[in-house]
Amino acid sequence: MSPFRRGTGHGTGRGSERGSAEQAAGAARLTLSRTARRSGLFCLLLVPVLLVNLSRVQVVQAGHYNDNPANQRALLARYAQPRGDIVVDGSSVTGSRATGGYFDYVRTYTDGPLYAPVTGLSSQTYGNTLLEGVEDGVLSGTDSRLAVHPLLNAVTREQVPGGKVITTINAKAQQAAFAGLGGKRGAVAAIEPATGRILALASTPSYDPGSVAGTGPTVAANWANLTGSATAPMLNRALRQTYPPGSTFKLVTASAGLTAGVYSGIDVPTDSPDPYTPSDTTVPITNESAADPCLNATLRVALEVSCNTVYGKLGDDVGEAGMVRMAQAYGFNQTSQTIPVGVAESVFPTGLTGHALLALSSIGQYDTAATPLQMAEVGAAIADNGTLMRPQLVSSLTRADGTTVQSFAPKVFGHPVTAAVAAELQQMMVGVVSDPLGTGGNAAIPGVTVGGKTGTAQNGVGNSGTPYAWFVCWARPSGDAVAPVAVAVVIEDSNANRADVSGGGLAAPVAREVMQAVLNG
Amino acid sequence: MTAAVVAAPADPRPRVPTRRTTELLLLVLAVLIAAFGYADVGWAIDGRVPAGTGEYAAGLGGMALLAHLAVRLRARYADPLLLPLAVLLNGLGLVVIYRLDRATGTSSAPSQLLWSGLGVLLFIAVVVLLRDYRVLQRYAYVFAFGSIVLMIIPVFLPAVYGAKIWIKAGPLSFQPGEVAKIALAVFFASYLASNRDALALTGRRIWRIELPRGRDLGPVLVIWLVSSGVLFLEQDLGTCLIFFGLFVMMLYVATGRSGWIAVGLLLVGLAIVPVALFEPHVHSRFTDWLDPMRSITAGQGAGQLAQSLFAFAAGGLLGTGLGQGHSYLIGFAVKSDWILATFGEELGLVGLAALLLLYAVLVVRGYRAGIMLRDPFGRLLSIGLASLLALQVFVVAAGVTDLIPLTGMTMPFLAQGGSSLVTNWILVALLVRTSDAARRPELPPAPPPALPAAPASDAGPASDGADGADDEPTQGVPKV
Repeated sequence: MSPFRRGTGHGTGRGSERGSAEQAAGAARLTLSRTARRSGLFCLLLVPVLLVNLSRVQVVQAGHYNDNPANQRALLARYAQPRGDIVVDGSSVTGSRATGGYFDYVRTYTDGPLYAPVTGLSSQTYGNTLLEGVEDGVLSGTDSRLAVHPLLNAVTREQVPGGKVITTINAKAQQAAFAGLGGKRGAVAAIEPATGRILALASTPSYDPGSVAGTGPTVAANWANLTGSATAPMLNRALRQTYPPGSTFKLVTASAGLTAGVYSGIDVPTDSPDPYTPSDTTVPITNESAADPCLNATLRVALEVSCNTVYGKLGDDVGEAGMVRMAQAYGFNQTSQTIPVGVAESVFPTGLTGHALLALSSIGQYDTAATPLQMAEVGAAIADNGTLMRPQLVSSLTRADGTTVQSFAPKVFGHPVTAAVAAELQQMMVGVVSDPLGTGGNAAIPGVTVGGKTGTAQNGVGNSGTPYAWFVCWARPSGDAVAPVAVAVVIEDSNANRADVSGGGLAAPVAREVMQAVLNG
Repeated sequence: MTAAVVAAPADPRPRVPTRRTTELLLLVLAVLIAAFGYADVGWAIDGRVPAGTGEYAAGLGGMALLAHLAVRLRARYADPLLLPLAVLLNGLGLVVIYRLDRATGTSSAPSQLLWSGLGVLLFIAVVVLLRDYRVLQRYAYVFAFGSIVLMIIPVFLPAVYGAKIWIKAGPLSFQPGEVAKIALAVFFASYLASNRDALALTGRRIWRIELPRGRDLGPVLVIWLVSSGVLFLEQDLGTCLIFFGLFVMMLYVATGRSGWIAVGLLLVGLAIVPVALFEPHVHSRFTDWLDPMRSITAGQGAGQLAQSLFAFAAGGLLGTGLGQGHSYLIGFAVKSDWILATFGEELGLVGLAALLLLYAVLVVRGYRAGIMLRDPFGRLLSIGLASLLALQVFVVAAGVTDLIPLTGMTMPFLAQGGSSLVTNWILVALLVRTSDAARRPELPPAPPPALPAAPASDAGPASDGADGADDEPTQGVPKV
C-alpha cells in the first residue's frame, strides 16, 4: 500500500470529494479510529527505543563511562568512608577525619614524620605512595577479598569498609631510630634476622604526610615546599636511596673470600701489600692511616681496623665472577625487590674491565651502591648463620573487624654463606665492636654480643661530595641462637671526613639505640 | 467494585462500574510509595527517617484526597488510573528534588510542593468547572491567539539561561510555552475535528502526493508556523520540536495522510541542518550529541551531557539506591532538565523501566479515552494530550541519554519548575474529563458504548464489523 494513499481501504477512493456526505464522514471516522491506534502504537514504541538506548548507556557501555578519568565517582566513593588503618605494634598510626567538604574523609597520621617512610602518603591530590599505595586496595576497601558476602554486596552496593595493614614495625625501635638520626640527614633499617621482619625503617629529614593529604591551596603550597626542598624530605632513604656502602661492603668481600677459600681462615696472615696497587693501575689503594696494622694483616684484624688494602686485594683475588655471585646472593642487583613496597636496586657492578675497578668495588666504592635495607640484609644474613630471609614490612592484612585476609609467613631468600663462614664473619664483626683496635666500639651493649662493621664512603667527583657514615650490626643476647635484630645506619654528614671513625662515631650510637630498643622489648 | 455500584443503585442508566474505590486505593499506594522514597532518601543520607516525612506524606496525601473527591463528585466515570499516576509521578519528583536539595545544599522541594498544590488546585478547578470539555472547542481560536501572545512577551524580555522563554515577575517565573502546549492541542483538536473531512478527502494531487486546499489547512498551518517561529526566535527549540511532533501526529490521526508526515519530516530535516550548523546555542548541542566526551578530550573536564551519561552508567542495572548517587555532579539544572539522570543513577535501569511504564500507562489511558469517545473533538483532544506527554517524555529521556540532541525540555511531573508541573496537572485534568465522558453510560435507550473491541488495527476490510460500531451516530458524551 502506498504511504500516500489514505490509511484505509474503505471508502470510495480519491474520487470521493464529490461523493455523498455520509460516505465521506464514514470513511473519515474509520480513518480516525485506525490512525489513532497507529499513533498510539507509535507512542508505545518509543518506550522500547528508550529502553534499548538506556541498556546501552547503563549496561553495555557502563564500564567505559565508569572508568572515564573525568568521572569523579570513583574518587568520591574512595573517600566516602574512612580509609583503613596501618597498624604498628597493635595501634593505628593512621586515621581518617570527616572533612565536611567535597570528599567526605581525609587521611590523618598520628605521628606522620616518624612513620612516613613506612606508611607513605595517601593524598587526595597527589595519590598514594609506599604502603598506602601498595596496599591501597585493602585500605580503601576495594580489594575483592575483603567482602564477606561478595554477591550480596554486588546487589546492595554497600561499601566494604577499608581493611587494615598490620606492619612488622617495632614502635620502640622505630622511635629510637628516628630520635637517633635527629636533625641529621640519614636512614635506618632494622631487620629481625630469623624472619626477615622489618623492625624499623626511618629516614630523615622526614615530613608529615598529613600536611598534603587533602586538597586545596594549603595542601598545594605544602607540596611545593616539600618537593622543592633541597633536603628531599619525601625521599625514603632507607628503601629508595642507594649510597656507596664503603667499608661495610667488606663483609660481602670477606664472605666471598672465605667461601672461595682464598685464605684458610680469618686468623691466617694474608698476602697484602700496604699500599696495594692493582696490576693494571699506578694509583695505589691506601688505608685511612699508614699506622694501621694492615700489611699482611689477618682478615679479622683487617676487618677490625678496616684495611682497604687487604679487602681490595681480596676482592681482586676472588675475581669478578665470585664477587658478583656473592653480592647477588646477599640481594644486590635485584631489579624489582618488593617488601611489598618497591625497593631501589642495590648495585654491585658487573662487566668490570680491570683489577683496579674490581678492587675499588670490593671495598664499597666505585659503582657499588646499596640501600640501607640492603646492608641490613647483609648483617641479618650473617647474624642468621648464613640464611638470608626475604625482608617483609607487612605481617598481615585484615578486614575492618580484624579477621585476617592474608598473613605473610617468613620466606627464605637464599643462603649466601655456609653456617661455618657465617660463624667466622660473626667473630670478626664482634671484634670490630669489642676489640680495642676495632672501629665500632660505640655500638657495644653491656652483657650482649654485638657484631658490627663501620664504613665511610667517599662520594662525588674527587671525593668532593658529602661522605656517608655507615654502620651495619647485629646484637645477640647470651642464650639466643640467632640475633633478634640486625641494623644498618647511614648518615650523610659533611663532617664525616675522618674515615671509619665517623662510621663508628656518628652511625654506631644510632644503631646501638635501635638494638637496645629491640632487646628491651 | 461493589461499593461503586452500590453508590448509584437507583441510577436508571446501565450499571457501569465507576472504579472510584480502585482510584482511592491506588492513590493510597502512590502516596505510600512516594513517602517511602522520601524516608529512604533521609535514611540513606542521615541514617534516620527525615523529620518532614509525615508532613510530606500528609501534604501529598491531602492533595491526592482533594483531587480524588473532586473526581468522585464531578467525574465519576473517569479513568481510575490517571489521577494515581499523576500523584505518583509528582510524588517521585518531589522525592528526587528533596534528594538533590540534600546534595546541593539548596531548598527547592518546599516550593515544588507548593507548585504541586497549585497544580492540584487547577486540576480540581478543571474537573469541577469544566462540566463539558466540548466547551473548549468554541474557544479554540481564543486559545491559539492567547498562547501566541503569551509566547511573544518573553521576546521583549531579557534572555534567561540562553533562551527567551521566561516571564519573570519578582520571585516567580513562568514559561508561557508550557501552557501554550495545551492551548495548541485544544486548537489543533478543534480545528481538525471540524475540517478533517475536507482535509482528508479533498485536495489537489501533485505527483503522488495529495495536497490539501489552502483554505482547509491554512489556519492550522499558520498558527503552527507562527508559534514555531516565535519559539525559534526565543531559541526554545525543544518546545518547537514538540509542537511540530504534535501537529504532525494530530494531522495524521485526523486525516490518515501519512504522506504529509513524510513531507513534514523532510522539511523539518532540511530546516534543522542550517540551524544546527549556524545557531551557536543549537550547534553546541549538536556537537555534544555527536561526541559527549568532547570537552574531556579538549581538557576542559566533563560537560553536562557527559556527566549525565556518567550518572546513568553509575546506576547500572539496579541503581545505587536513593540518596547514594552523585548525579549532583551534573551541576546546573540537575533538578529540572537533568532530573532523569538522578533516577537513572539511583534507581538504575530497572527503576527507569518502571518509570517509563508509568508514563506509558498514562499515555495509553489517554489514548484509550480518545478511542472510546466518538466525538471527534474529544477524541483528537485526548489523543493530542496523550501524544504531547509521550513526545515530551521521549524527547527529554532521549536527550539526556545522548540518543537525540538535547532540547532543554523538562520531564513531565518529575522536574522542578512550576509552569511545567501546573501544565501537566491541567493536562491530566482534561484527560480525566474526556475519559469520564468516554466511560459514562449512555442515557437509555442507547446501549452503553462498546469498549473498542480491539481488533488488529491493520486488519483492513476484515475489521468492518468492529469498526462498524463506530458508525453509530450517537455521541458518547452526555448532552449538557
